[in-house]
Amino acid sequence: MSGAILTASAVCKSFGAVTAASDVSVQVPEGAVYSLIGANGAGKTSFVNMVTGYVTPDTGSIRLRDREITGLTPREITRLGVHRSFQIPQLCNELTVLENMLVAQAIHGSHTPSFLKPGRSREAKDRARATLERFHVAEHADRLIPELSGGVKKLLDIAMAMAGETRIMLLDEPTSGVAADEKFPIMDLVIGALKEIGTTVIFVEHDMDVVTRYSERVLAFYAGRIIADDAPDEVLADPDVQKYVTGGAQ
Amino acid sequence: MTPALLIGGAVAATALLLAGAVLLPDWAMFLTTMALAKGLVSLGIVGMMRGGLVSFGQGLYYCIGAYVAAMISNGLGVSDIVLVTVLAVAVTGAVGAMFGPLLATYRGIFFAMLSLALSMVLYGTLAKIPAIGGTDGLNVASPTFLGWAPEGRALQTGLYLYVAAVVVIVGTVMRLHFDSERGLITLAVRENELRVEYLGASTRNAMAWNYVFAAMLGGFGGATAALALGHVDPEFAFWTTSGEFVFVAILAGWLSVPAVFVSSIILELVRSFSNLYFPNTWQIFLGGFLLAVIFLLPDGLGSLARNTLRRLRRGTKA
Repeated sequence: MSGAILTASAVCKSFGAVTAASDVSVQVPEGAVYSLIGANGAGKTSFVNMVTGYVTPDTGSIRLRDREITGLTPREITRLGVHRSFQIPQLCNELTVLENMLVAQAIHGSHTPSFLKPGRSREAKDRARATLERFHVAEHADRLIPELSGGVKKLLDIAMAMAGETRIMLLDEPTSGVAADEKFPIMDLVIGALKEIGTTVIFVEHDMDVVTRYSERVLAFYAGRIIADDAPDEVLADPDVQKYVTGGAQ
Repeated sequence: MTPALLIGGAVAATALLLAGAVLLPDWAMFLTTMALAKGLVSLGIVGMMRGGLVSFGQGLYYCIGAYVAAMISNGLGVSDIVLVTVLAVAVTGAVGAMFGPLLATYRGIFFAMLSLALSMVLYGTLAKIPAIGGTDGLNVASPTFLGWAPEGRALQTGLYLYVAAVVVIVGTVMRLHFDSERGLITLAVRENELRVEYLGASTRNAMAWNYVFAAMLGGFGGATAALALGHVDPEFAFWTTSGEFVFVAILAGWLSVPAVFVSSIILELVRSFSNLYFPNTWQIFLGGFLLAVIFLLPDGLGSLARNTLRRLRRGTKA
């Protein structure tokens, strides 16, 4: 596929006797929205971890456009524009929402953050507040992280990941731990913001309503293998997917 | 911190320290000079504490700075205080740059123990080299100030004013650094290293720089302490010396720069008077004082200003 921004070829990964990825090959076109589904332990998060450098594949290769990124550190991969959010939001609990955003800005703003340039300047704060407003969390700017709801934490986690130039965004269960009535508004907001800047999105999700509503293509994982790779309706109708992933829910 | 507050603080500190040069009796001026010099070493530890690391081995740089001062003034005949301290800072900065990247990969007790181990290696080595005085150490010649060679009260005042000027300048620069982009990233490193790495910053790099800054401050503190005392010995690198720097850093907390120097002066005062009145049990009083601060002000003396401001704001809103 000539327009692929991310290519994984024959990627394998085992943790002792547990196979997290077995010959996984994927090509994700630029600007697409993909979702990864599968039961717990199927290999979805392991795939995200391998793409973002948290885990190195045993064999196989992962390429960003023409650049090999297998074995690079998370920091190096992030610097190439591959960002991620986490199933459990990774935030700085003793900093306020605004300060968390300022940290993300300070890091993304330059390869060498300044030793003397104020991190909390009015200009930096205005930019951070603008981003928080875009994600509808500006009203919480002065609150500490433990005081926030799950939905606000998720949004802040994603907003921080998007502070830099984002070519690919990997969202690990963006709606887990979020109230049922907040799921669609959060996804509308996040996917809308990412599509607006043409970012390729790959998200891990258990809620099939979210999967069918937002993804253009679905990869179904089972025991470290991809057992289906197609449009959402096709994948959810697949007998293997119904047997191993959705349990006949669709 | 706003620029107005920063400048105001620097001006107030300068005025206070200048007043000290006139008002303080000899013994208090010496005590304050030593406290300010040691406070700089603790300020370096506070810089690392902001990133979640506590060094139990800052005696290493304090001692290197002191021995560099002793050796270049005795061996090379260099007595100018600026030159002596700049060379000491350069040497400790270089040594810090050598160990910093290695130590910055460690966290918690491992970092603390490794830093302690390095300082104790230096202690043991110095104690076993008779050429540089062994356990007796070395005497240090009195410093000169751009060719001026004062004696008595004038020498003490000159030393005091030099250290005070450096404290104001370095304190201001460190405040700017704590509030800078890097300072903010250091706070984030303490909170969540995974997040920082996934934002694209190197936690190791951030902590290595903080370590090097602390080494340079340690070198300056050691050099000026050696010049003030007129003598250095391996005890400068002993673990109890490093422990005193940590004590001051914990007492001050990570929020305030002036609190570090206030805490250092408190320690010196307590030590001096306790030694006088109950020489064998003064550490008990010191330990009790630290425990009280930890329970009542977990973020240190520096949090007093923050807590007062918060109370005032709440009062205004109500």
